[in-house]
Amino acid sequence: MMPMDALKQYIDLYTDNAEVIDSHSAPVLNELRQTACDLLKSSRFPTKKDEGFHKTSINDMFAPDFGVNINRYNIPVDVAESFRCDIPNVSTLLAVVVNDRFVATRPLLNNLPEGVTVTSLAAAARLHPELVKKYYGRIAPGDNVNVALNNMLVQDGVFIHLSKNVVLEKPLQLVNIFDGPAPMAAFRRVLIVAEENSFANILVCDHTRNRDGAYLSSEVMEVMLEKGASVGLYGIEESSANTARYSQMFVRQEHDSSFSAASSTLLNGVTRNDYNVSLNGENCSAELAGIVIADGKSHIDNNSNVIHNAPHCRSNQLFKYLLDGESSGAFEGSIVVRPEAPFTEGYQSNHNILASDKARMHTRPQLLIFNDEVKCSHGATTGQLDPDALFYMQTRGIPVDQARRLLMQAFMSDAVDTIRVDAIRDRLRHLLERRLTGEDLLCAECGSDCHK
Amino acid sequence: MQESDDQIINRATDGEYKYGFVSDIDTDIIPKGISEDVVRLISRKKGEPEWLLDFRLKAYRHWLTLRQPDWAQLDIPPIDYQAISYYAAPKKSKAPESLDEVDPELLRTFDRLGIPLHEQKMLSGMAVDAVMDSVSVKTTHREKLAELGIIFCSFSEAVKDYPELVRKYLGKVVPYTDNFFAALNSAVFSDGSFVYIPKGVRCPMELSTYFRINAAGTGQFERTLIVADDDAYVSYLEGCTAPQRDENQLHAAIVEIICEERAEVKYSTVQNWYSGDSEGRGGVYNFVTKRGLCRGDNSKLSWTQVETGSAITWKYPGCVLKGDNSVGEFYSVAVTKNRQQADTGTKMIHLGRNTRSTIVSKGISAGHSQNSYRGLVKVAADATGARNHTQCDSLLLGSNCGAHTFPYVDVLNPTAIVEHEATTSKISEEQLFYCNQRGIPTEEAVGLIVNGYAKEVMNKLPMEFAVEAQRLLQITLEGSVG
Repeated sequence: MMPMDALKQYIDLYTDNAEVIDSHSAPVLNELRQTACDLLKSSRFPTKKDEGFHKTSINDMFAPDFGVNINRYNIPVDVAESFRCDIPNVSTLLAVVVNDRFVATRPLLNNLPEGVTVTSLAAAARLHPELVKKYYGRIAPGDNVNVALNNMLVQDGVFIHLSKNVVLEKPLQLVNIFDGPAPMAAFRRVLIVAEENSFANILVCDHTRNRDGAYLSSEVMEVMLEKGASVGLYGIEESSANTARYSQMFVRQEHDSSFSAASSTLLNGVTRNDYNVSLNGENCSAELAGIVIADGKSHIDNNSNVIHNAPHCRSNQLFKYLLDGESSGAFEGSIVVRPEAPFTEGYQSNHNILASDKARMHTRPQLLIFNDEVKCSHGATTGQLDPDALFYMQTRGIPVDQARRLLMQAFMSDAVDTIRVDAIRDRLRHLLERRLTGEDLLCAECGSDCHK
Repeated sequence: MQESDDQIINRATDGEYKYGFVSDIDTDIIPKGISEDVVRLISRKKGEPEWLLDFRLKAYRHWLTLRQPDWAQLDIPPIDYQAISYYAAPKKSKAPESLDEVDPELLRTFDRLGIPLHEQKMLSGMAVDAVMDSVSVKTTHREKLAELGIIFCSFSEAVKDYPELVRKYLGKVVPYTDNFFAALNSAVFSDGSFVYIPKGVRCPMELSTYFRINAAGTGQFERTLIVADDDAYVSYLEGCTAPQRDENQLHAAIVEIICEERAEVKYSTVQNWYSGDSEGRGGVYNFVTKRGLCRGDNSKLSWTQVETGSAITWKYPGCVLKGDNSVGEFYSVAVTKNRQQADTGTKMIHLGRNTRSTIVSKGISAGHSQNSYRGLVKVAADATGARNHTQCDSLLLGSNCGAHTFPYVDVLNPTAIVEHEATTSKISEEQLFYCNQRGIPTEEAVGLIVNGYAKEVMNKLPMEFAVEAQRLLQITLEGSVG
């Protein structure tokens, strides 16, 4: 099949600039480019006609003529001035990614405990090629179009490595920022390797500084949890109505490992998040949560795919959407239980509230079960706030607006509760509250742009 | 312990197919293959008017532009559409005036299937339209129904006797452009049933069609059209069987139902096509498009299906709830065993205000089978106050089968309340243990628990059918027991 135009411009970009791209990166990263390019020549971006993409056309997302900073021009950002360690009551280790360039902050460099590496992916690939090579491009399937595109064009990213038995007590915070001349596309990559019995919590925040500019973020995260490792990965997206985001997370878990991910979409344009979790060892647990508050014309599509490949694993998915304005939401989630995974427990729920006449929700929770020793269920509801509860609160003297907000906060609370770190949970609650009262998130004291 | 439980379940789920015999009836079969000429030939054989031939040809030309759908959780071996004969009819010199003129072998066939066509023998008055291969053999109780103004006859007769009615409704709910199999059916459909219930009439008896594929190397493409005018009520039953053959047979039917104001239609199916042997050889491919339109306000359509047969089932009976306050229901039990594959469910399209729908689906998979529920609940932007509740449960018997759930929920109106819940599990050890403790052997206990599990749907079937369906479930799942 001939590639469609949207993909062709990226292939052309690579074929015209292969040497420049290679020269700014590392050999381990460069190795995958040509294979990816060859594969892309015979494929295309998914459109709404493709299964799994009925509500979000990736082709449309990538179609505009975005600039890509392949020459690695330095877009100056004063990290110390612009961002502050911003979770109240707890200090975090902060790393910043401006567009697709990794910037470490001084507190991060000074405070990392022994056995923990947080660095630029390209730098790590030059310093420890064997280590990076072992995982890079091995967890995310190379035949996936977005992964292949990322493999072809990514020049840098973030590399997080936790050595055996290392416990990272402070949460690590990764801030992705879009700034600079728009329209621009950034190909972002994160590789997280948690060795045996290591422990970490990571908060990833997405911001767009220049709110009028059109940006596209194409992100691939690869997460490896070795035996007994425990990782919490929490995302908060507060971008802008002009930002498009396609983020894919690929997680591989070995036995006794525990993974928790919660991603909150509080402000966005068009967002598509894919979560792919493979439970490959016995006795793993995986927890996925999604929190969505959308209004205006924003669109958010979460797609989860949890694959049970080994016995005695547990997975739980909880996705909650609050849709206002003309926003639209989509959720497609699946639990796959392979024949070799008896004694599986897999649960999935998706609850949605439509707060306006024009808001729309499409949901598709799926179960694919190939084994009889399972306990699996899923549930989905779409409705509105309970009028009886609203009435009751009004009879107790709570104004209707406040009553609505309280109910909405309560609706979101069980998804927020899945976050394992108290400080991050409290912060998210606070952000949700501000979001629901209509306050501009950028001015929140812990946001990215506190000086504006 | 585990081992022996599995063995017992295997034995219990290994029922024999008792309708697998072949009747030796002189059959008129047209040569294999499909082309415009074949479409014309079928139309000529049936003596159809020009407009119907045009409809067929349009459908055929559209079919040529389509591809066989592959989105279902089914592994469908390639089908050679040129290797199928599209028309087979038991030979007869002229239409039988009375039962005495019907081929006695044919009557024996339907007797063996438990469908007595002798009206005097019939229980509790159920009118039957018996369809063998491509043509309707005999419709019983027609005169009695005619007194009330009810039309119940074969589709070909309806085309001859009530062309205006057929033309008004044909293809209005399932257009020939709907999907691949609907287009194929619209091009080559041979016979089926036509039901018209006039205004204000409550049909006094269950209407029933019995489908049988007999001839080898043929497909069956029947079409059912049911129209319930204002305030009418009818309960309609459909049953089907086929001989045991090593080859696969194609069955691609269309059912269209129209409910006018305050009308109610209840459509029940007990599908027992031959499902292939334990190695997956043979069996019927059941690719069916069924849809009802609740056009009038306060109308109601209820689908009940018990799916036990077919090698592959691809079937999504749906309700388009267009009239305000209209109600759609779907109750389904789908049992798969051996190498059977089923991808079945429903579509509830809410267009009118205060429309309600209920979906209850119970899947049971055994052996190496794959059983999927796939359903759509769509609430359009204008469907204020729509309400849906969906429940789909899957029961797994044995460790080699699969049970899958693919619900699609699209809500475009904020006042809608839509709920979906699904569970998947095996028969609980506690329940089996409890039965054993009370002196019920495991084999019988499995049957008991499965029957209890399916009861919610079985209760929706008309009484005569419920007995048959329950027996069928027992035969399918309990083997020699029961």
